[in-house]
Amino acid sequence: MKGVVAFLVGLTFALGLGISGMTRPDIVQGFLDVFGSWDPRLLGVMAGAIGLHLITYRLITKRPSPIYDSVFHLPSKEFLDKKLILGAVVFGLGWGWAGICPGPGIVGLASGKSPFIIFVISMLVGMKIYQIFARSVLNEK
Amino acid sequence: MTAILGGLIIGFSVSLMLLYNGKITGVSGFLGGLLKKETMRDPVRIFFILGLFSGGLALRFFYSEAFLLPNEEAPIDYVIAGLLVGFGTRLGNGCTSGHGVCGISRLSRRSIVSTLTFIAFGVLSYFLYKTFRGGL
Repeated sequence: MKGVVAFLVGLTFALGLGISGMTRPDIVQGFLDVFGSWDPRLLGVMAGAIGLHLITYRLITKRPSPIYDSVFHLPSKEFLDKKLILGAVVFGLGWGWAGICPGPGIVGLASGKSPFIIFVISMLVGMKIYQIFARSVLNEK
Repeated sequence: MTAILGGLIIGFSVSLMLLYNGKITGVSGFLGGLLKKETMRDPVRIFFILGLFSGGLALRFFYSEAFLLPNEEAPIDYVIAGLLVGFGTRLGNGCTSGHGVCGISRLSRRSIVSTLTFIAFGVLSYFLYKTFRGGL
């Protein structure tokens, strides 16, 4: 049942991204183009998503547990560290360069268009490089 | 406005994930887990990614405007961007979904700092792109 929910979540998430224009790199880059012709649509999407989830998060976590699990799996770390900041810096640089982040990348794969395919393959390689780096340099599991 | 409507749909979908599976919807985290032996068979990760892809197929056939690419960049730009996004999201433990949508909704300090940082560097990166590679 968890898999069925996850599939439906992925499906609706993708439709939300598509309807709101977030699968279009030019609209995302338009939001980042604060020194040019700024496009506020990404802000609208974030406002809609966060506005709703701010409320539902509070209601849902009042429950003793989720429906198909015995506990909520929420991040427990609270401290800011170098990894968090550096990671956001590197991610931001890549995101601005092409206007694609992981969600729209996977959704865009389905379009069959080469920019999305090249982006996703490179992103998976980047993730794998991080894993190797984390294991060998940072000594993480 | 379609942006806010799309945002509400996204907010709704991450709420379902939390309510039923008790998990944060983080695309980069789910993807990263599929590249690790210990978590590569996790049905939540597999079916979430399949759902994203299926949603993409639905868009392709019923709303192909979603994939308009007016400013196609050179393949090398997508390679550079992909590598940075892949490495950066794993190093920083999240992307626009996990930190941006879910984390800010939880009022997590880490996610708020992460989101402000990646937006700031996204602005810088696009500015550099436009200046040196042509851009729009």
